[in-house]
Amino acid sequence: MFRFITTRFFQSLLALFVVISATFFMVRFVPGGPFTAEKAVTPEILRNLEAHYGLDKPLWRQYLDYLGSLMRGDLGPSFKYPNRTVNEIIGDKLPVSAELGLLSLGIALVGGITLGTLAAIKRNTWADYLASGFGMIGISVPTFVVGPLFVLAFAIHLGWFNASGWYTSADRVLPALVLGIAYAAPISRLTRGGMLEVLHQDFIRTARAKGASEARVVLRHALRGGLLPVVSYLGPAVAGILTGSFVIETIFQIPGIGREFVTSAFNRDYTLVLGTVILYAVLIMALNLVVDIVQAWLNPKVQLEA
Amino acid sequence: MRIRSPLLLGILIVSFGLGGCGKNGSANLAASGGKGTDNGRQIWHVGNGTEPQDLDPQAITGVPEHKLMMALFEGLASEDPKDLHPVPGLAEKWEISPDGRVYTFHLRPNGKWSDGSPITAADCVQSYRRILTPNFASEYAYLVYDYVVGAKEFYDGKLKDFSQVGFKALDDHTLQVTLKNASPYLMKIIGSHYAWTPVPVRVIAKYGPLDQKRTPWTKPGRLVASGPFQLKEWLPNQKIVVTRNPNYWDAANVKLDEIHFYPTEDISTEERMFRTGQLHKTNELPNAKIDAYRREFPEFLRMEPYLGVYFYRCNVSRPPLTDKRVRKALALAIDRESLVKNVTRGGQRPAYAVSYPDTAGYVPRAKLTGGLAEAKRLLAEAGFPDGKGFPSIELLYNTSENHRAIAEAIQQMWKRNLGVDITLLNQEWKVYLDSQHTKNFTLQRGGWIADYVDPHVFLEIWVTDNGNNDTNWSNAGYDRLFLQTLAAKDDQERYEIYQKMDAILVDECPIIPIYHYNRIYAMSPKVKGYYPTLLDNHPYKYIYLEK
Repeated sequence: MFRFITTRFFQSLLALFVVISATFFMVRFVPGGPFTAEKAVTPEILRNLEAHYGLDKPLWRQYLDYLGSLMRGDLGPSFKYPNRTVNEIIGDKLPVSAELGLLSLGIALVGGITLGTLAAIKRNTWADYLASGFGMIGISVPTFVVGPLFVLAFAIHLGWFNASGWYTSADRVLPALVLGIAYAAPISRLTRGGMLEVLHQDFIRTARAKGASEARVVLRHALRGGLLPVVSYLGPAVAGILTGSFVIETIFQIPGIGREFVTSAFNRDYTLVLGTVILYAVLIMALNLVVDIVQAWLNPKVQLEA
Repeated sequence: MRIRSPLLLGILIVSFGLGGCGKNGSANLAASGGKGTDNGRQIWHVGNGTEPQDLDPQAITGVPEHKLMMALFEGLASEDPKDLHPVPGLAEKWEISPDGRVYTFHLRPNGKWSDGSPITAADCVQSYRRILTPNFASEYAYLVYDYVVGAKEFYDGKLKDFSQVGFKALDDHTLQVTLKNASPYLMKIIGSHYAWTPVPVRVIAKYGPLDQKRTPWTKPGRLVASGPFQLKEWLPNQKIVVTRNPNYWDAANVKLDEIHFYPTEDISTEERMFRTGQLHKTNELPNAKIDAYRREFPEFLRMEPYLGVYFYRCNVSRPPLTDKRVRKALALAIDRESLVKNVTRGGQRPAYAVSYPDTAGYVPRAKLTGGLAEAKRLLAEAGFPDGKGFPSIELLYNTSENHRAIAEAIQQMWKRNLGVDITLLNQEWKVYLDSQHTKNFTLQRGGWIADYVDPHVFLEIWVTDNGNNDTNWSNAGYDRLFLQTLAAKDDQERYEIYQKMDAILVDECPIIPIYHYNRIYAMSPKVKGYYPTLLDNHPYKYIYLEK
């Protein structure tokens, strides 16, 4: 176990280095820069701007400088927002996305697993059709459709919530619901599939034969195995859900980090692009590690090998 | 009918519920008469486009930032609420020497920063020194160094001694500015543009070096303002709240208690916020909503002329656009009336000249005339009768539904009217700008919005070495006329020279004007003291809300 974790740690470090280097150079080779604007700055001003941000140095020098400051935990200044550093931006916005993400994740897990389990044990009944229908619709209809529809229904027509914003706890409801449903849908389908497979296995029949109640069979014996596909899905999904959704944050005016993934690239805010990529990469790597460990715990057949 | 399935029942309930509310919801906006005061308090909620880069007037470039600057800072001169001509601001009066080169500003003896300290001429000189500091690299430094004696030399690092630059504090309240040349429109820049806004240098210095953009002095509790409002709260990507500045010289006439600026990046979201009463005014309105507003809530829909021009830029060094007859034929073969009526649909004005139809009393006489017959004749004369032999050229625009619709319409007009084929290419915004500035295009969509109300704005950019020309077009006669405008005695003489410049542009067509912009947004009729202006600037101290 310990060996497994340390090996994975060093592998991840290497992967992270590759990701950082590739991003650093790729973003520089895209046409246009942070100071490209419709009203062009004069060549004198551009020279001074580049000097101000150290962009006048050779690229390899900038790369080494960046790696150096990264070692010290400094992600550098933002080009677009002169009075904020990338550390500050991530520090301000990640908690917002994470809060929304955890709420949505809660909704997704409770809703998705319940529906999926229900669908599996009531296979081919209306409950199954209802749950599977929800799964299909939830997967097929994107959040940029569901979001505005919910706003239209619950904010504009019913007047229960604000159309957007992130000020009161009521403002959390609609975005968490929309994002939660988007993740609940695939979770319910994965749970249903996983459960169906498990429910047909011998040990379940044995459990039933020994007179275990249906609830005990499902919750205690089947669910543990049935959730395996969900767990492997959750690794990348949690990384995605915690780092925010560009669509949801835009529709609901939420000051999360999700929007920065996209807008920083549009703004050619080099340091912010790198900052968000590093954040995401680290989260994905960490969560995949957690998933591997959890899977080993859930399924005795899985062995952790370095 | 008995409804057996709970699912079906649920669907029916929900759909009836929503259907019923649909009517109520739509009626609400109109019936409420629009959003007014917040429990009697004058709090204005306004959509402001995007999150501002910063609140430092010397470190920003965008329009949303400008709207915030107008609340927090005042220039030496300010703007009239109706036509934006310069009116006294931090300076209660000013004199201009007979040769137009020396400006003397008399600051208000009672002028104070929001922390209560006096606003002095020395503050102004220090501010100009900061914006001209090369290390600081202010994007708008040229709006100062293009005019003031010695400023460019200081900016280029050739002059180290700032006392030789044309800014002098004659005493605590008198500032003298000496210019390189008479610049008849400079007062408009000083009144309308934040590059000339004095900043609280003493306060900035408390939080870090003056020549660093990242000096964190613009946070709430630190920022010291000079305008009618001061910073109360800044929640990044949520809102910025400004509240009355009791130390503002004209505080007694400021009517709003607070303004809440929302960075409403997504205009559909913004429109929904407007409908739920979260906003008094949107920054924009989605095109798809214009018709619905016209039909259902006309009193909320605002469409106002905006001092800008939408055009196609020709790269005149790429054949066949090297031939001015081809350029003019293309310009004449666009049915602008039909375009604004059927495609843009926002009440824009067709553009037959580059200059705006009425800018501070200047009305360009030159116009694209002759219509289709003339277009065909010119194209034939250039060697392409009925478009025969015309090479396929590419029109570049930045990725956007609206630009694509316009480009497709014009593509069809050229095909139908001239037999000319063009292909369309869209690029992401910064890639597109890079293509523009490196002149890697044949035809390119462009736009130009004025920073101040003067015809100069639309004509200066086509001068040979202007950084925004980007057409490879160079005309010695045009450049000479431009220099003459700088020496003109008065506006009348200056405007006559502009007439000649506009005539050259219409004759040569390095750019093909298409329409003049409109600002389209939604606003509650309960907002008063707000007048349509050409720059979409609305000095906030005149605005108030009805109940």
